[in-house]
Amino acid sequence: MAERGFQVARLPGFATTAVLVFIALYLPIFTLVAYSFNASQSVAVWGGFSFGWYEKAWANTQVKEATVRSLIIAVSASGIATTVAALAALGTTRRARFKGQTAIYVMINQPLMVPEIVTAVALLIFFAQIKVATGYQGLGYLILAHSAFCIPFAYLPIRARLEGMDLSLETAAADLYASSWQTFRHVTLPLLLPGIIAGAMLAFVISLDDVVITEFVKSGGQDTLPTYMLGQLRRQLTPEINAISTGLLALTVVLLTAFFLLTRKKE
Amino acid sequence: MSAAEEAQTARSARNGWLLSAPALVVLTVAAAGPLLIVVVYSFLLPGKYGNVEWGFSLDGWRGILWSKDIFTDEYVLADAHLTIFWRSVKLSVLTTITTFLVGFPTAWFIATRPASQRALWLFLITIPFWTNLLIRTYAMNEVLRSEGLMNTVLMKLGLIGSPLQVMYTDIAVFIGMTYVYLPLMVLPLFAAIDRFDMRLLEAAYDLYASRMQVLRRVILPIVKPGIIAGSILVFVPSLGAYVTPRVLGGGKQMMIGNFIELQFGQGRNWPLGSALSMALLVVVMVALLIYVKYANREQGHG
Repeated sequence: MAERGFQVARLPGFATTAVLVFIALYLPIFTLVAYSFNASQSVAVWGGFSFGWYEKAWANTQVKEATVRSLIIAVSASGIATTVAALAALGTTRRARFKGQTAIYVMINQPLMVPEIVTAVALLIFFAQIKVATGYQGLGYLILAHSAFCIPFAYLPIRARLEGMDLSLETAAADLYASSWQTFRHVTLPLLLPGIIAGAMLAFVISLDDVVITEFVKSGGQDTLPTYMLGQLRRQLTPEINAISTGLLALTVVLLTAFFLLTRKKE
Repeated sequence: MSAAEEAQTARSARNGWLLSAPALVVLTVAAAGPLLIVVVYSFLLPGKYGNVEWGFSLDGWRGILWSKDIFTDEYVLADAHLTIFWRSVKLSVLTTITTFLVGFPTAWFIATRPASQRALWLFLITIPFWTNLLIRTYAMNEVLRSEGLMNTVLMKLGLIGSPLQVMYTDIAVFIGMTYVYLPLMVLPLFAAIDRFDMRLLEAAYDLYASRMQVLRRVILPIVKPGIIAGSILVFVPSLGAYVTPRVLGGGKQMMIGNFIELQFGQGRNWPLGSALSMALLVVVMVALLIYVKYANREQGHG
């Protein structure tokens, strides 16, 4: 068939559509990045190349504080989510199916199924009560909320890694009189590490990007970078927003590239 | 099973629960548990300055479709609410269909690349998928607004005399949602097409099928689970969308998500907001159940 130049998998117009889709997917992002280097005040008129908006964003204390807050929340939440997700992954894989396992799966994946706005409203109500009862207004609420919705993202890569792991190494360690803790510490954990790092990175990105839940849970003066941007979008726009977006984009792309290199199957 | 084996199984199950416990605690406190409070709140009375007053009432649920006439105190169908629900459903359905129409050729294209290139194309779809939704929505704003990319190009080409006002319309929200949710359609479609046995195509062509027949009678039925998965993955977040309609629709083109927020802000009607949230959740759960049922049936046949 190939000699006749007839490719079975080719469908008319599909390749063209696909290429157009890729262009449409990236053109807006490139426009956004390009305008972050715009010297002019406006987000509309190109006034030459400049790093001015990056300097301006960097000098903006609100932006700086929001960035620090975003990072504190993302680091804490991804840390907590990855730890509990790793334990849950160890608990739900590589053992005989037990009663209630499906319930655990449903619970872990729950944040993926419930619309964000619904969770956001639920947390708003719940935390409002606790804020009144305890008087505590700190970042703890945001960290807790982020930890919860990051769990499925941390859990999935760790579980995938565990399921693909060779059991014989652990059996070998046990045969050599390693205690179960030693086996875990020196055999299981090092083998699992790429999965854990991958899970932590996904959780970090998810936490860093969250808008809706943060917007509802935050107390006054607790803007993260995305909620700060959401607030700014209501006002007169300057390319400063583009500069902040580009910074956040760059961080995401770096983390994702690292994630793919880590989880790539060895050929 | 011997007694020893039984004890072993019991211990394994207990360890499974113990290891999962910390995750379950976090999820109960900060995800699933508070949903129950929303159920309770939906049956209470609205407080004057937000929050609720204790007292059983069905007004929250009734308020979804009916509102009290200020003069006659009678309940009348709330047109404004119906407009918002209709817009949400309409835009979500349109978004789902459009993402499928452009996503299917894209997924097919990626799946039929040589193995060495496939990962790269897939990565190009995945980057937007993980990129901040707000940033992608804002990027769409760069394209659609009056002085944006689209209007500039169209005016330079002389196709239009004055900028098209697309921002703050349903069309802007629709384009924005199609843009941000497209990867959610492409990824499951790709997964389905990737498993597709291309020899079936040779067989079909050998039997004198036309391209259209091959597409309709061979490809689409086989990749159907991927189509269903992609449609659910796009439809569910579209229906609950908050950021995209807020940024691209302005204040007026509200969808359910924005309407819910309104009840907790200026609307000061927490019970109505709670009832709306639960109604949205029920619709989403029904969609997911249909999917799970369908997916299981497909597996059973396989």
